[in-house]
Amino acid sequence: MATAISTAKSGKVHSISRSEARRRVAERIAAVLFSTLGAIWLGANLIKSPAQFFQAAIGGLSNGALYALIALGYTIVYGIIELINFAHGDLFMLGGVFSAYFISVWFGQTKSSPKAWLIFVVCLFLVMAFTASINVAIERFAYRRLRRAPKLAPLITAVGMSFILQFVGLTWNGSGPKNWNSVLPGGAIDISGVKIYYVTLILFAVTIPLLLLLTFIVSKTRQGKAMRATAQDQDAARLMGIDVNRTISFTFAIGGALAGAAGLLYVETIGTTSYNLGYQLGLIAFTSAVLGGIGNLSGAVLGAVLIGLIQGLNDGLPIGLGQQWSQTVVFSILIMLMVFKPAGILGKQVIEKV
Amino acid sequence: MANQMTIGTPTRKKKGGDALSQKKWAMGFVIAAAIVYVLYGFVLSRLPFGLQDFFRTWLPATSLNEALVWVICALGLNIVVGYAGLLDLGYVAFWAIGGYSAGWFMSAFFQQVNIHLGGTTVVQSRGIHISFWGVLILAAIICAFFGIVIGAPTLRLKSDYLALVTLGFGEIIPQVFVNGENIGGFNLSNGTKGITPLDNINLLGKQLGPFDLSQKYIIFVFLTSIMVFISLRLRGGRLGRAWLAIREDELAASMMGVPLMRTKLSAYAVGAMAGGIGGVAFATHVNGVFADRFNFSISIILLAMVVLGGMGNVWGVMVGALVIAWVNSTGLPAGGNAFNNVFGTNINFPSYNFLIFGLVLVLMMLFKREGLLPESRLKMVLHEHDDDETMKAGA
Repeated sequence: MATAISTAKSGKVHSISRSEARRRVAERIAAVLFSTLGAIWLGANLIKSPAQFFQAAIGGLSNGALYALIALGYTIVYGIIELINFAHGDLFMLGGVFSAYFISVWFGQTKSSPKAWLIFVVCLFLVMAFTASINVAIERFAYRRLRRAPKLAPLITAVGMSFILQFVGLTWNGSGPKNWNSVLPGGAIDISGVKIYYVTLILFAVTIPLLLLLTFIVSKTRQGKAMRATAQDQDAARLMGIDVNRTISFTFAIGGALAGAAGLLYVETIGTTSYNLGYQLGLIAFTSAVLGGIGNLSGAVLGAVLIGLIQGLNDGLPIGLGQQWSQTVVFSILIMLMVFKPAGILGKQVIEKV
Repeated sequence: MANQMTIGTPTRKKKGGDALSQKKWAMGFVIAAAIVYVLYGFVLSRLPFGLQDFFRTWLPATSLNEALVWVICALGLNIVVGYAGLLDLGYVAFWAIGGYSAGWFMSAFFQQVNIHLGGTTVVQSRGIHISFWGVLILAAIICAFFGIVIGAPTLRLKSDYLALVTLGFGEIIPQVFVNGENIGGFNLSNGTKGITPLDNINLLGKQLGPFDLSQKYIIFVFLTSIMVFISLRLRGGRLGRAWLAIREDELAASMMGVPLMRTKLSAYAVGAMAGGIGGVAFATHVNGVFADRFNFSISIILLAMVVLGGMGNVWGVMVGALVIAWVNSTGLPAGGNAFNNVFGTNINFPSYNFLIFGLVLVLMMLFKREGLLPESRLKMVLHEHDDDETMKAGA
């Protein structure tokens, strides 16, 4: 009995079965194989054209920062109620459409100016509030009622919600993609042929504080403690006097706010909005969350940066599959990951409780 | 104890009634199909002109055939989602593979070779020309194979991860076909241009082209009834009961000796097979395969059909599929036109399909999880925790 408890706590299984051992060997071989192949691919590209390599890497990193913001929303929601919130990507899309309209239509800013920068900052807070309230409303009216239902029910509801949000995006943004001018300064720092755009720097300047703030909230504040307790055991948390409903709402608010910020940054760096954007990026972001180990905050960021890098390198390198295979590459990684290491890079193997 | 007994007996009686009502349903299906055939084949052309016009706008024969294709696929998805409880969000992949099987084996697409196997074209024409019936079987086998290939590594996963992996496959396979114009110099799918036209269908010595709607209707009804038959027979058999056991409690089922992997894989393979058959049927219906048609919304529409009608209930799924397919293909455009004409508005109604399918999924899950025509057993499972004490306490 004592060993059983300790194994559950440390997350390690002392006596492993033969099939488990075989699986671990396969896992290791696959990991070595993939990293060697990846290293060869990267090395070949680096030798062929170093400037292009670094350019693609920077592009990939800035994508990764965006993915991290979205992936965190998936991961904290999954961490607390074990639901893949399929609607999360579409929340990001709505955030993007809202920001584009706020800055370029309602305030008519299409060029970089101090006034436009001020509106950008105001928009950051507004869009975060906007998507956070949508996410909280979705949780309140749909997911909360299904918390005790079989897993299929909330999953299907989330897919339906995703479609409803896509419809909102479709009527708001129109059926085709729209291009917007960025209000951020346009220049770039040139380091021996590798351009680092100012927008990329601003992207990091917004993303990194947000990530730090989130880490602070989850690990240091009272509310964060309540979140961790609820994630571990809802009933026990309730018995300890934690308002579980409020905690879950709070989690959805944080996730939504991050998605909104990502939407604004996407519009200001990449400059397009379209109603099905959220579906594509949401999937990529979820892949990142799984890659890092779902439910794990730093894992989500790590996974997002990795996926962003892989995608950026694949799209931008001379020896690569090119952009039209971008999705395929990302999802192949997802599937490989699920097969060989479903717990992700930083995740722990969870033992099923009965 | 005695109380429990009296509760137990009526339900058992009702089960006996179920088998009888299934026969009634099957009779009803055949009669309805026959009535529709007679109506479209013989009666319609003798009706007064206004009535003919009504049918042409609101119930065109082509949308009828298309709806039957949807029914075939929805029945396949029902085996995966409704019977085995595995959420598959990438079902469109099988539809696409089935469609491309028809494209590859029933057209002049592969100019390199000259293979004829009961096809309807002259022997001189190049390409692979296999008879429609052969292609159906071939597509079913190919799709079942892909179902197993996709399922084998992923079915170990927890249900929500599985949903995601299938979603990934649903993205990859259409992208392969879209980009398939040049895979290492080989033209696999003709890219977005698609493969068209396809060979005619060979039915009892007659050749059916793309416009022989009423004969094709018979073929599609036949395929649908095969799917219904397979679904019902499997449901009652050993495999079907194993699926239901897994759906209800995977852990308990494996404790009772149900081999999890094999049972799940067979659900996947049978579901994929139906997708392949539906894909071939759809390809002959539109006389070609077009890569950009295979998008995520097809998977979701199919899911909405299964959920609306009632997961696990064959007849429910059929009704759900017919209703949603009609709304999608005819109801929204025709209804929208009528509305715009009457009120002088200019609303693009077909774009509302996202809202409708989203709402169907959400509202059904919130208020009537078991669907319009519920399967009694699933209803019990889905409402297991509804009267939980903690739920009432506001959790």
